[in-house]
Amino acid sequence: MSAPAVASARSAQPGAPIWIGGTVAALVLWVAIYSQLEPFSIWLVGELPVTPGTHLHEALSFFALDTPKVLLLLTIVVFGMGVVRSFFSAERTRAMLAGRHEGAGNVVAATLGIVTPFCSCSAVPMFIGFVSAGVPLGVTFSFLISAPMVNEVALGLLFGLVGWKVALIYLGFGLAVAIVSGWVIGLLHLEGWLEPWVRDLRTASVDLPGQSLSSIDRIKAGLDAMRDIVGRVWMWMIVGIGAGAFIHGYVPTELLASIMGRGAWWSVPAVVLIAVPIYSNAAGIIPVVEALLGKGAALGTVLAFMMAVTAISAPETILLRRVLSVRLIAVFIGVVTVGILAVGYLFNALI
Amino acid sequence: MKDVKVLGPGCKRCVATAEMVQAEATRLGVSVRIEKVTDYAAIAGYGIASTPGVVVDGKVMHAGGLPKAEDIARWLSA
Repeated sequence: MSAPAVASARSAQPGAPIWIGGTVAALVLWVAIYSQLEPFSIWLVGELPVTPGTHLHEALSFFALDTPKVLLLLTIVVFGMGVVRSFFSAERTRAMLAGRHEGAGNVVAATLGIVTPFCSCSAVPMFIGFVSAGVPLGVTFSFLISAPMVNEVALGLLFGLVGWKVALIYLGFGLAVAIVSGWVIGLLHLEGWLEPWVRDLRTASVDLPGQSLSSIDRIKAGLDAMRDIVGRVWMWMIVGIGAGAFIHGYVPTELLASIMGRGAWWSVPAVVLIAVPIYSNAAGIIPVVEALLGKGAALGTVLAFMMAVTAISAPETILLRRVLSVRLIAVFIGVVTVGILAVGYLFNALI
Repeated sequence: MKDVKVLGPGCKRCVATAEMVQAEATRLGVSVRIEKVTDYAAIAGYGIASTPGVVVDGKVMHAGGLPKAEDIARWLSA
């Protein structure tokens, strides 16, 4: 009786044991390589004709350890989230948000921002799709702020490079900024500042034909996300690690601590002002964060810097101009910036 | 003749999706007319919130990420 049942289950998913076994084997290999990174980087830098203790040696050590480490962390985090995200879709998130009111809706939207697939090229269709389906404007903004800022790449890399406490703090405060900023934008009732064609657009949610995914499809979704995202961000990552290595090797601790330390009250607004026009994704900015913290920069200042770099980006703002009026974009940037400043100050005061 | 619309603002995956549809159609010997819809209002009008989307003979079949080749074959043969 049971034999044919097993056979039919197998035929429904041919190759599933191979895929799952392969994934497990890859994970074991990942752990093995990851555990050897530090001795490997020490050996590698030791082979180079550089005198230990010099600035160059310090910078090279940072680069040799962080490059493979960030790459490995990024790979596994993106793969894992690709699998998780195959359970979510933008359409489903929108359906969950469409009936919500401001308040609880902002909380749900910011939280869904962590797991819903998002890239800045899809920000505009997603924005229109949300607003036209009756998701309140403030709730849509909570989602739009949270999605690029509090994402798996940011959290995974913070966890791996800086530690779980900072990752949790970033998660909590990032969500808070997204929730409160969206809520404030909702209170202002700025629907009239949308571009008219967006405001007038009313669409019904579409019912997609069910695409049932097998476990193989989910592993494939993870691999696809890995190829796509690692392929897109590796350049940012190298530049970020290079900047981190420079800070680690060459910038004097006293100088940095005096500029970004807790004593300087003006450093939070200064770093946020610098960061707003800069855009990098999380993979590029976290090696810099790691190096800054290592040199005695205050945690609140560094977190504010990171949030401002990832949450507000020139490319996304230019895309959003298609659907938002300039005034609405200004309010959006203003509210988020104030939220980030508050996080920076609060943090430096608390710890 | 199947009428296929690929919805997307012109990202890499939208182009890849259109190529996949063309490749499946050629493989199956189905004649298709593929149109890329890049206008945001038109895309949103189909009710999707993520791109690329695929519309076959006026019906939305897919939204978000690359579709599977098997699914494309199924839509084209239906």
